[in-house]
Amino acid sequence: MPFGNSHNQLKMKFSSEQEYPDLSKHNNHMAKVLTPALYEKLRSKQTPSGFTLDDVIQTGVDNPGHPFIMTVGCVAGDEETYEVFKELLDPVIQDRHGGYKPTDKHKTDLNPSNLKGGDDLDANYVLSSRVRTGRSICGFCLPPHCSRGERRAVEKLSVEALGALTGDLKGKYYALKNMTEAEQQQLIDDHFLFDKPVSPLLLASGMARDWPDARGIWHNDNKTFLVWVNEEDHLRVISMQKGGNMKEVFNRFCTGLTKIEELFKNKGHAFMWNEHLGYILTCPSNLGTGLRAGVHVKLPNLSKYRQFEEILKRLRLQKRGTGGVDTAAVGGVFDISNADRLGFSEVELVQMVVDGVKLLIVMEKRLEKGQAIEDLMPAQK
Amino acid sequence: MSFQTIIKVIQRLRKDLFTGNSPTTFIWRDLVCFCRVKMASSFARVLSSKRKVGILSLVGAGSLTVGFFLNREQHVNAGAHVRRIYPPSAEYPDLRKHNNCMASHLTPAVYAKLSDKTTPNGYTLDLAIQTGVDNPGHPFIKTVGMVAGDEESYEVFAGIFNPVIKERHNGYDPCTMNHPTDLDASKIRGGQFDDKYVLSSRVRTGRSIRGLSLPPACTRAERREVERVVIDALAGLKGDLAGKYFSLTVMTEQEQQQLIDDHFLFDKPVSPLLTCAGMARDWPDARGIWHNNEKTFLVWVNEEDHTRVISMEKGGNMKRVFERFCKGLQEVERLIQEKGWEFMWNEHLGYILTCPSNLGTGLRAGVHVTLPRLSKDPRFPKILDNLRLQKRGTGGVDTAAVGNTFDISNLDRLGQSEVQLVQTVIDGVNYLIECEKKLERGQDIKIPAPISQFK
Repeated sequence: MPFGNSHNQLKMKFSSEQEYPDLSKHNNHMAKVLTPALYEKLRSKQTPSGFTLDDVIQTGVDNPGHPFIMTVGCVAGDEETYEVFKELLDPVIQDRHGGYKPTDKHKTDLNPSNLKGGDDLDANYVLSSRVRTGRSICGFCLPPHCSRGERRAVEKLSVEALGALTGDLKGKYYALKNMTEAEQQQLIDDHFLFDKPVSPLLLASGMARDWPDARGIWHNDNKTFLVWVNEEDHLRVISMQKGGNMKEVFNRFCTGLTKIEELFKNKGHAFMWNEHLGYILTCPSNLGTGLRAGVHVKLPNLSKYRQFEEILKRLRLQKRGTGGVDTAAVGGVFDISNADRLGFSEVELVQMVVDGVKLLIVMEKRLEKGQAIEDLMPAQK
Repeated sequence: MSFQTIIKVIQRLRKDLFTGNSPTTFIWRDLVCFCRVKMASSFARVLSSKRKVGILSLVGAGSLTVGFFLNREQHVNAGAHVRRIYPPSAEYPDLRKHNNCMASHLTPAVYAKLSDKTTPNGYTLDLAIQTGVDNPGHPFIKTVGMVAGDEESYEVFAGIFNPVIKERHNGYDPCTMNHPTDLDASKIRGGQFDDKYVLSSRVRTGRSIRGLSLPPACTRAERREVERVVIDALAGLKGDLAGKYFSLTVMTEQEQQQLIDDHFLFDKPVSPLLTCAGMARDWPDARGIWHNNEKTFLVWVNEEDHTRVISMEKGGNMKRVFERFCKGLQEVERLIQEKGWEFMWNEHLGYILTCPSNLGTGLRAGVHVTLPRLSKDPRFPKILDNLRLQKRGTGGVDTAAVGNTFDISNLDRLGQSEVQLVQTVIDGVNYLIECEKKLERGQDIKIPAPISQFK
């Protein structure tokens, strides 16, 4: 829950021991890193917009986590959070992103011609393909911390920028608060509509304040390119279509993103980015590319194979149910996507998904025929 | 500058702070320089002394705002871009689909006037109204839509709190009216109901510890301090009030089950009305339940208020329930005063609690009563209304009645004393039971004349 600058000073009245949160039952990245000594060191700091350590960690304090699933437990309120609180966030990032060091540099590559193949994933198995990422606009606070005025300014800017897209990217904006019943139903049927977050992980960080003010959905007329405004990030950009032509999805993704970035720059607003962390987003888990490229794929036999999890791990892929994160698979259909976000470029991650899903389908076909697949076991990528 | 001069300066500036005027720059500059160099240790000494509660809030105001300005200077010098400030018109919430007391009274003009003010603890208008912005309300049920983060909220944001209080409390005007406090249980007449109809009797209220922020705004350290002060005092209770504290963080499975069976356990709030106000932060840190060995007197610590105090027992002896309630409350007050603390209270608003709906007495006195015939009579709602009573299901607020048993309690909280409200419940429930008996005998009942609100 974000507080304005003025209120945060109240905490300095008390000693660090008195304020230090009880993390004894917690299992998230923040709790692993935030020792009493580190708390004491960072508690008096704030970013220029007034985001403090307690604001960063509130969601992690309120949500102890799960014995099996390791959540991040902290969020950024603005671009400077990652700098001012680097002593907390660098180790969290390192732990979450497979050893990514504070000195590492992140490559950005949005050139779709660098992707090899990906246009021929077997449509008998791959039902749909999708790539998503997020973008934050420089000069505005992020969803946990922004005021209503800032959030509205982000919306206004985004609607103007998206309004300038042409060709197959031309589209329309639907503000959540003005939507008609008919529009709402259509967006639900298209699987485009996002709802007010219910996850306590998100609510505890303050992202859902003032809902649905300044939130909305933009999509192109073809319904293959979609932008969410002011949900968990300033912008979430999604390219998707039925079938297995990931290459086409990624093409459109890159083209669209590049155009949007240009339009924002023309208005004097770059996206938040730096060469160490790549694209800056609210949750440290989405740094770097913020990219999740995935397919809905039928793997009824492979999913029952005893080494399914191990195969995915080696391919650097993760599985989810078809409802997205924290849902179960239905009818043997899984959402398979890249596990990484930071330390690999966009092209590299999509390549991993394309190559990995190709292999999974080969394995599925073999298992269908009752054949063995041990010889196909991949090495750890 | 001597300490006395500093205090005088701060007193003047505190007045400015409350009225929201910007203190003159040169005074701040001198004060800031002086504090940086000399005063840090003295302030620290005074701040750590609990006895001087009056000076604490006074000096606290000064040192906190000094701290605010000190940091503000650093903030400006930070080098990176300063946060863009939007005018009130750009920040004003969209309340067009809202139906709560806050939305009814927060005009753009009121918002503009109050939006840059803060309490000495730094609580702002946006924080106070967040729950009402996030929860548009219900066409039938009008919620309050705002909370207080500390005692001073009611003063600094009086421009919005006063009309909200007036609407919620049926015309009570905090500017002109005084609230009577009366915890003398000997004044109660009657109060022993027929056990055939009344299954249980209960009185609850809340109390806040002056000098510490309220649940929407408190820091972890403040919340832990509330817990420490309260359980320290409760440990001093004796006789039929002697009891034990169960902290939510260290409760055993067994203790938890027992408390659930006794209907004592409270859970992390799920109502978005409460969670959006920030009351559930850091759960379950510094939350707990204290009850006496006889399980008739219960105190919740750090749930929706600093404390909720409950006296209850099976059967219809409301008089005894209220006697224990008053005795317990007075004892606890005495015990905290011994240690230099006091409850938040003033003559206009009575006892200060987080939600404006609970100001005044914060008292809800009620019974679980079975009224199979009366509850089906179409005149039931009007009878309740005229008696200034409300009905709830037996699960509490927002629940349905089960098998003709209702929770009947007082409607009002502010503008009448505890004794008056409990008497109203006693007289009212007696009337309801009389109605039920008449209907049993096939006789007709009458709607009583409406009783006046502010006595």
